[in-house]
Amino acid sequence: MSRVISTEEMIPVIAKLCMDSCYHLNDNVIKALESAYEKEVSPYGKDTLKLLLDNAALASKENIPVCHDTGMTVVMMKIGEQVSWVGMPLEEAVNEGVRKGYTEGYLRKSVYLDPLNRVNSGDNTPCVLHTEIVPGDKVKIVVLPKGGGSENMGAYTNLVPADGVEGVKEFVLKSVQAAGGKACPPIVVGVGIGGTMDKTTLIAKQALLRPIGVRNSNPFYKALEEELLEEINKLGIGPLGMGGRMTALDVHIEYYPCHITSLPVAVNLQCHSVRQASVEL
Amino acid sequence: MEYNTIKMTAPITKEMVKDLNIGDVIYLSGVIYTARDAAHKRIQENFENNRKQLIELEDQIIFYVGPTPAKPGKVIGSAAPTTSARMDKYVEMMLKLGVVGMIGKGERADYVADLCKEYGACYFLSIGGASAMIANQIKDLEVVAYKDLGTESIKRLVVEDMRLIVGIDTKGRVFQDEQVKKYRITD
Repeated sequence: MSRVISTEEMIPVIAKLCMDSCYHLNDNVIKALESAYEKEVSPYGKDTLKLLLDNAALASKENIPVCHDTGMTVVMMKIGEQVSWVGMPLEEAVNEGVRKGYTEGYLRKSVYLDPLNRVNSGDNTPCVLHTEIVPGDKVKIVVLPKGGGSENMGAYTNLVPADGVEGVKEFVLKSVQAAGGKACPPIVVGVGIGGTMDKTTLIAKQALLRPIGVRNSNPFYKALEEELLEEINKLGIGPLGMGGRMTALDVHIEYYPCHITSLPVAVNLQCHSVRQASVEL
Repeated sequence: MEYNTIKMTAPITKEMVKDLNIGDVIYLSGVIYTARDAAHKRIQENFENNRKQLIELEDQIIFYVGPTPAKPGKVIGSAAPTTSARMDKYVEMMLKLGVVGMIGKGERADYVADLCKEYGACYFLSIGGASAMIANQIKDLEVVAYKDLGTESIKRLVVEDMRLIVGIDTKGRVFQDEQVKKYRITD
């Protein structure tokens, strides 16, 4: 049995997710920021967290963007294999949704059509669309507006297998250290280990979708997440790099099988606002 | 915590910034200008070709910001500082043109601190991502140059009690370096 969905139905859905993700922080994020506020020992850091919480409340109340950098839009779709699409091509419909959301929602248009000749597309399209085919007849959509501040601080490396877990830890800590206040901490650190270069960076980004406080189900990676979180929060960077103990809200690791010669690691950083919105159809 | 809190009205002179210390909390009112990557590039083209700049930069403060579009009835959309480090290579030129302050977020190259010392200028930290709140501190906006750059155009802003922290002072001291060192735990 296939389930027929018109791609046109996606347009208002995506538009709303774009606006919601930019206006309203998830409860999970607010709770994490409140907890960071309680724990922060640096006065400048504590003040910064308080202002970020006040800012989030104000933005949500007024339906305005929490942050002026409303990002390049990353859309991740898990599409049930029983779904059959009718209407315009899916990618066009998704971009139409982004166009509608960014125009009607007064979001910033931050996309250049060509990285070197730098002409603004005027409507924040195209988005970066990732689709995954999964069992079932549902469609799960996540919209992740990814601002430049944190995205530009991402890092990738090909370690050699002999570097092992110590090499991974060193690379993650070095990446967070280099990002400093520029990635808008307290950050969520998404780490991808294994796969091929494309897969490694994709799972590092997907790691950012996991709610703060939820650990990897594999005990080894769970322990590694906890250890890295502790080490990162010893770096002293603090909220917005003003100094303090709350540099990361969480560390999420995703791993994937890899080639016998490989040990690729990607670090994708997410700013304090962890903006995302999702829906299942 | 009790900070050293100072109220200032822009434009400001070198005389007014010379006694500021890193960590001082400034409540800034008055007139400032926005510029980021694309506008700096145009200023540089004028500078290198000895062309007149479209705005007078003497004694001015530059805010590295690209706001969201304003909703009807609003002065400005959401607005907070962008990553300052991208503008590092333009700092010397801007200081030569008379700029006395820069507002942004994040660490800068070491040479920016040396330039602040040499030219008697300051770098002010604002809070990245506090854009809804900072927008409320902006009372007037006028696009004064490079309208074609959209969010990256040069805008004249009138601000009221915009909260800033002195990030680099005229002695070349760096607030973030000192604070991070203070809270770093080394086993």
